[in-house]
Amino acid sequence: MSAHLPITLSVNGEELTRRVEPRETLADFLRRDLGLTGTHAGCEMGACGACLVMLDGLPVHACLIFAVQAAGATIQTVEGLTESAAIADLQSVFHTRNALQCGFCTPGMLVAAHGLLSRCAMPSREEIRDALSGNYCRCTGYEAIVDAIETVARRRAGEAASSMAEEPA
Amino acid sequence: MKARAFSYVCPATVAEALDAFAAAGSEASFIAGGQSLVPALALRLQAPECLVDIGRIAELRGISQDGEWLRLGALTRHVEVHDHPLIAACAPLLALAAPFVAHPAIRNRGTLGGSIALADPASEFPAMMLAVAAEMEIAGPAGRRRVPATDFFQDLYQTAIEPGELLVAIHIPVARPGHRCAFDEFARRRGDYAIVGCGVMLALPADVVNEARIAFLSVGSTPLRARAAEAALNGRPLDAAAIRDAQAALASDLDPADDEQVPAAMRLHLARVLLGRLLGKIAAAA
Ligand SMILES: Cc1cc2nc3c(=O)[nH]c(=O)nc-3n(C[C@H](O)[C@H](O)[C@H](O)COP(=O)(O)OP(=O)(O)OC[C@H]3O[C@@H](n4cnc5c(N)ncnc54)[C@H](O)[C@@H]3O)c2cc1C
Ligand code: FES
Ligand code: FES
Repeated sequence: MSAHLPITLSVNGEELTRRVEPRETLADFLRRDLGLTGTHAGCEMGACGACLVMLDGLPVHACLIFAVQAAGATIQTVEGLTESAAIADLQSVFHTRNALQCGFCTPGMLVAAHGLLSRCAMPSREEIRDALSGNYCRCTGYEAIVDAIETVARRRAGEAASSMAEEPA
Repeated sequence: MKARAFSYVCPATVAEALDAFAAAGSEASFIAGGQSLVPALALRLQAPECLVDIGRIAELRGISQDGEWLRLGALTRHVEVHDHPLIAACAPLLALAAPFVAHPAIRNRGTLGGSIALADPASEFPAMMLAVAAEMEIAGPAGRRRVPATDFFQDLYQTAIEPGELLVAIHIPVARPGHRCAFDEFARRRGDYAIVGCGVMLALPADVVNEARIAFLSVGSTPLRARAAEAALNGRPLDAAAIRDAQAALASDLDPADDEQVPAAMRLHLARVLLGRLLGKIAAAA
């Protein structure tokens, strides 16, 4: 009834072929089959955003896609984005601005931020909040995360980052 | 939180998809973007034995204009509705509603056809189909037909699509330059389903309203058109008196039920406030 099916896809720059059970989500495939546990599985129903990955250049929930559906796709997980240094500045400012505490939400936040900044170089705080609207953080209260993303956008735009303390709430 | 086991097929054409569904019998389910179906499978609210993935059927893609009509393939993603220049030009009401649909990552995956086929009364796009007078193109074993939005939404999660049929495309009359539209909703948090939402489309030739279409979401078991409110506007200038009459007419258009979160009277009140704001906005811009 549910024989394993072969899929070929690109994960973090590497072309892979694996057999998967149709009901296996992309999140479980990345975590269990490939050992890429940076993609977190929280609610497994699209509500928390911890499982975001880049699929063909756009952030999507890995818990809301079956691995079989990702055949032929190009996936970047937080590990791949880290290795290519695409989010090195985001990670560094998340650290210095205390934009993480337990860290459970952080991979999803970083992928959401990366998706936003790839599409819109200088988002407003409203736009940053909108981009994060599907990402839950139970620790930080979000303010530091918004600050961090705004700071990175400014730095990337080459502006002198003004002191975050002066930013409006 | 894991789906029950199922078999999976990924047809390349509409005909193959219909055959695959028929071969699996009543235990099959189509999957498009999966943004509603996958949570339902994870929660085991549904447990089909076979998933027919329509995500690679080329005919279901594409946004194109053919004279008076805009054709949106069923697989048009929410993010495309949000961003596509043809939609902004020809069906601006959909572009106005798109930012209110879920969150960015869900919009990257979810499809217009999936949202309309599911027909959640709290969803933005199904209600907007009423406001833009869309026609749904449905393919089934017996052939194809086009169903106007007014006949399409039949009951809670129930549409004119019969089991085993596929929504192929959505056809929308191209908005003319004189058409005005507005959308807004009340929700507790950004991206949440709305407590009440409303889209308005009308023409204002010579400063007199005609062809007003007002559609509400989250006020009943289906998306609803507010026909009495429309009648209160048609043939009149869009002034304060007309807007007040349209708001008052909602009492006969809408009969929302009480739920744990929102009493019926509050929902009706919010619907009136929303309609007043939207009409006021159109009047101010005219
Ligand atoms: C956290 C969260 C928040 C959300 N918030 C909102 C919101 O605020 N507003 C909103 O409108 N939606 C919201 N959604 C739902 C989202 O918009 C879905 O993408 C959409 O409702 C379904 O589209 P899909 O392509 O993902 O369909 P799927 O999940 O693949 O399918 C949904 C149903 O439609 C059927 N179907 C799909 N395509 C077709 C077709 N072409 N022909 C026949 N049947 C078909 C499937 O068999 C299934 O029964 C939310 C989802 C999540 C997870
Ligand atoms: S695990 Fe995917 S959204 Fe929560
Ligand atoms: S840092 Fe703990 S959930 Fe965000």
